[in-house]
Order: sequence, then C-alpha cells, then structure tokens
Amino acid sequence: MPDDKRTADDGAEGATYRPAGALTITRAATTQREIDALPDPLTIDLSKVERMDTVGAWIIYRTERDRGAKVEGGSEIETGLVQQVAEYDVPVKVRPEQRPGLVRVLTELGEWVADAGTTFVGLLGFFGSTLVASAGLIRRPRKFRVNAIVQRFDVVGVRALGIIGLMSFLIGIVVGQQGAVQLEQFGAEIYTINLIGRITVRELGVLMTAIMVAGRSGSAFAAQIGTMKLTEEIDAMRTIGVSPIEALVIPRMIAAVLMMPLLAFWSILMSLLGGGIFVWLDLGIPPLTYIQRLQEVIPMTDLWIGLIKAPVFGFIIALAGCFQGMLVEGTSEQVGERTTTAVVQSIFLVIILDAVFAIFFTSIGWK
Amino acid sequence: MTDKPLICVRGLRNSFGEQVVHENLDLTVNRGEILGVVGGSGTGKSVLMRSIIGLQKPDSGVVEVLGENMLDRAEDEAKNIRRRWGILFQNGALFSTLTVAENVEVPIREYFPHLTPPLLDEIASYKIAMAGLPPDAGPKLPSELSGGMTKRAGLARALAMDPELLFLDEPTSGLDPIAAAGFDELIRSLQQRLDLTVFLITHDLDSLYAICDRVAVLADHRVIAVGTIPELLALDHPWIQEYFNGPRGRAAADTAEEHVKA
Repeated sequence: MPDDKRTADDGAEGATYRPAGALTITRAATTQREIDALPDPLTIDLSKVERMDTVGAWIIYRTERDRGAKVEGGSEIETGLVQQVAEYDVPVKVRPEQRPGLVRVLTELGEWVADAGTTFVGLLGFFGSTLVASAGLIRRPRKFRVNAIVQRFDVVGVRALGIIGLMSFLIGIVVGQQGAVQLEQFGAEIYTINLIGRITVRELGVLMTAIMVAGRSGSAFAAQIGTMKLTEEIDAMRTIGVSPIEALVIPRMIAAVLMMPLLAFWSILMSLLGGGIFVWLDLGIPPLTYIQRLQEVIPMTDLWIGLIKAPVFGFIIALAGCFQGMLVEGTSEQVGERTTTAVVQSIFLVIILDAVFAIFFTSIGWK
Repeated sequence: MTDKPLICVRGLRNSFGEQVVHENLDLTVNRGEILGVVGGSGTGKSVLMRSIIGLQKPDSGVVEVLGENMLDRAEDEAKNIRRRWGILFQNGALFSTLTVAENVEVPIREYFPHLTPPLLDEIASYKIAMAGLPPDAGPKLPSELSGGMTKRAGLARALAMDPELLFLDEPTSGLDPIAAAGFDELIRSLQQRLDLTVFLITHDLDSLYAICDRVAVLADHRVIAVGTIPELLALDHPWIQEYFNGPRGRAAADTAEEHVKA
C-alpha cells in the first residue's frame, strides 16, 4: 500500500510540498491546486513519489520555472523526466491570434463582400466555361456522354416522382382548404377552383418542384463533385485529358434542364388532383364539374408560363450545385459547407428569377 | 505485472463475409519493445490493429491488452484501458475543425475536465514540441499541414495522455525518406524516454531495421513468425525470404549496417 498522503509544511524557511505515490496526469488538477495554495519560497520534495509521467514532470518543471521553486529528493528517473520536459519548453502558440471586436467585425464584413463579389464573378466564369464546353460538344457530338445523362435522368427525374407527387398532392389540398375557408365568407367557394387551378399551374407547381429539386439534386451535385475534388478524381480527369465540365457538369445540367419541366408538369397534375379531391369531398363539387371548370378558368398561357420557367430553374440549380462542388478545396468540412451554399444559392436565385418572370409575363399581357 | 505481455492475442479469427482475413492468429507484444508488423497488402495488418483496439469485433478469439480482456467489455471499463494507449492512424485522423493544439487537448479534456486552461495549453504545447513540430504549428488547422506535419500532429495527440502503449499505423508511409528517417528517430527516442511499448505497422524496410526490436510477419491469415530480423532471415519461408532478401530489403540492410558502423 503506497503512502498516498501528500504533506505540505509551512515552516519558517518557506513551504515544502511533498507529493507521494503517483504524480501523473490523473492527479494533475489536484497537484496544481495544492502547489498554487502554497506560499513562496517553495521547496518540492519528490522523495515519496513512486510514479511520474510527463504531465507530473511538467507541473514540477513549471513551478520551478515560474516560481523559482527548489526541487529535491527525486530519483534519477524523476529528475531525468523533469529535465526532458524542460527541453520541450518552447513557446508554442496554441490559439490563432484574435483581433479586437470592431476590427474583426469590419474585417469579416469586408471579407464577406469580397467573397460575394468573387463568387458572383466565379459563377459567371463557370457559366462561360460550360457554354464553351457545350459548344465543343455540339461540334463533336460523339463525345456526348449518353449513358451518364440517362443515369442522371433516373436520379434527378424518375426517383423524384414519389416525393414531388406526394408534396404537390398535399399542397393542392392545403391551397384548396385555405382558399375555401376564406371564400366561403363571401359565398364564393366555387372560386376555390380558380384559386387552385391558377396558382398551382402558374406559380406553385414549378416553384415547389424547383425547391425540391434544389434540395434533392442540387445538393447531391455539390456533394458528389466536391468529394471528387477532394479525392483528386477531378485532377486525375484533367491529366488524362477528360474535361470535368464535359464529363460531370454538362450531363447534370442537361438532366436538370430536361427533367424540371416534366417534374413540374407532374407536380401541377398532382396538385390539381389533390385540390380536386378536396373540393369533391368538402364542397361537394363532382370531379367532372371540377375538370370542366378548370378548363374554363386556366388560360393556356398559365401552363406555358409554368413550363417555360421550369428548365430555367433547372439550369440555375444545376449551375449552382456544380459550381459550388467545384469550389471545394482542402477539407471534408468544406463539402458540407459548399453543399449548403449550393442549396441556399439556388433557391435564392430561383425565387429572384421567379419574381422577374412574374413581372415580365404580366407585362406582356399573359395575365 | 512487469513480465506480463502488454498485448496478447490468441486464436483470433476475422472475416468479412466469405473472405477470411485472420484464422487462428496468435501474437504477443512485450512491455518496452517496438514490435513491427509486416505483411503483404491485404494480409490484414490494419484489421489486426483494429481488432486489438476494439474497432473491429472479431468472430472469435481472445484479445488482452494491458492484462485486461478487451472483448465484450462494458463501455466505462473499456474507457479506463483506452486512456492508457495512444493511436496514430494512417492518415493522421486529426479532427479537421480543430487546430493542432486543440486536437492534442481533446483526449485530455475528455478524461480530465478539471485541468485549468493555462495548464492544458502548456501541456498541449510541450506535446507539440515533443512530436517535433515547430512552435507556429499549434494554431494551424489540419488542412494547412503537410503530410509529415500531419503525422507529427497525430503523434502529439496520441501521446497526449502519456500512454504506455502506442499504436502506429504506417507512420512513415507517404513521407519522403528524410522525413521518414526523422520520424523513425523520433519514435525511437520517445520510446526510450517515455518507456513506451510500440505496435508498429509498416511497409518501410528502413523503419524495420532502424527501430524495431522484433518483427511479426503476417501471411496465410496468421502470424507466421515473430523475431528479430536475423532470426527471421534464418527461416526459409518464401515470403520472408523475398521480403528481406529482395533488392529493397538488402538495400535497407546495407543502410542499417552502415549506420551501425558510423
């Protein structure tokens, strides 16, 4: 049984600290506290120490260094260990330097503005290089990667049918239900059909689809390309002579541009179906009347508006996703960051463009 | 207690689906030695290490580390053993969101949350210096480090808790010969100073000659031989002969000899 009692004398000649038993990392906090409690001049007597590790040695050493404590009674191993850790006492910076608050805020703001600027220029540049690559592909259509594109069709389009269908169906019901509650007050619940028909065909169908595709496929594009960037696959492609824009970006863009209108159309149908079931069950309007009424109230231009916007949104989503993926550098953490940015950026751009389209189509008379 | 082996593996069997990696594998690591583990690609060196440290659950067999059975342990008991070893993964496995110094502090904070921040920082800094990193490496993020520095930072983290046992998975792979030799020397000197036992997986023949006390050879799903290099050379297993007497093996042996003469 080792003598674990630690003693400290507070004599006339100053204090003596006598650690006993193990002087290791397990006891480090206690040891440090006990030493801090003793006054100078301090003597540390190591004669009762049975086991010491580098942390214990470090505590002895720093007391010796900072407070000029005298160390005695240590065996050869213990004094050796203290000497060894002393050799490693070089001023190592542990934390990055922090600047004062105001300066930091200003710097961050400046960096943010500069970042936003370079991102925008970068996005334009990326857009340009995809155009160049597409032109090259049109001139040499044999380099067209049919398999890759068909595979993307499946991932972006076919596999999204379920979730987009369900979402649109529910949105149709919600629009119908909320509309009916308000219009009932005026005895005008028949106009619920106008509401469902026009809002889903013209706006909601394609917008919700775009948001879903951005979340599903835009993020996947960024993550896939970002990971390929990390594992140097993209560099490998370049050295072999395969253009990553041709091989990775263009198939994804084509898939997104072609699949978006189809998905948007599907979404419109499902919303109308959801709305139809709602008005049938809740307002007692039979399906046949519902369809007739839809034909009367939805102008063809509404459908054109929805379907014209869809490929543009698809393009924006693929552009932002692939661009952010290509920007990944260094760590795996960046893949996550860039994926988030891709989704945020594409939804943001989609909504801005949607506003532009709304004004544009109204002003050309497609009301 | 001192004479008991630090790692004792008996009858280990590991398999992934149909593919058997280890079958009836026995291995003993004694206190205070540097044991090199060699074997061709796919012989399960890393899997062996992962079964010893509990990341891979073997199909059957006994694994004892520091005299304690490692299989089917309760989590809090296993924790007591875990703090007595340090592991350097092949690619460093540094936490990418933390700086080098914070990486070193992670295990210490986990087990000893009561240490005061200044003391913690000082401990981290001497560990960083001990691993041979320059003083300005502390606040850097892992992504800013070179390959050699990443390994050293990983070593600093592995040494954070003053372990008795150190696992190194190919510490010199990916380093240039000068950095690799420097790393070998660092491991040897730390092993002597801190009285470490080292389990070293390596492909590097120079490392084997320079720092290993004994070498275990993995082939045919088990450890076919353990011993000093001269002892292994006396065996006539084809793989061992080819490994140590191939052109690279002989070159490494010559270098080691010159080193001894000089």
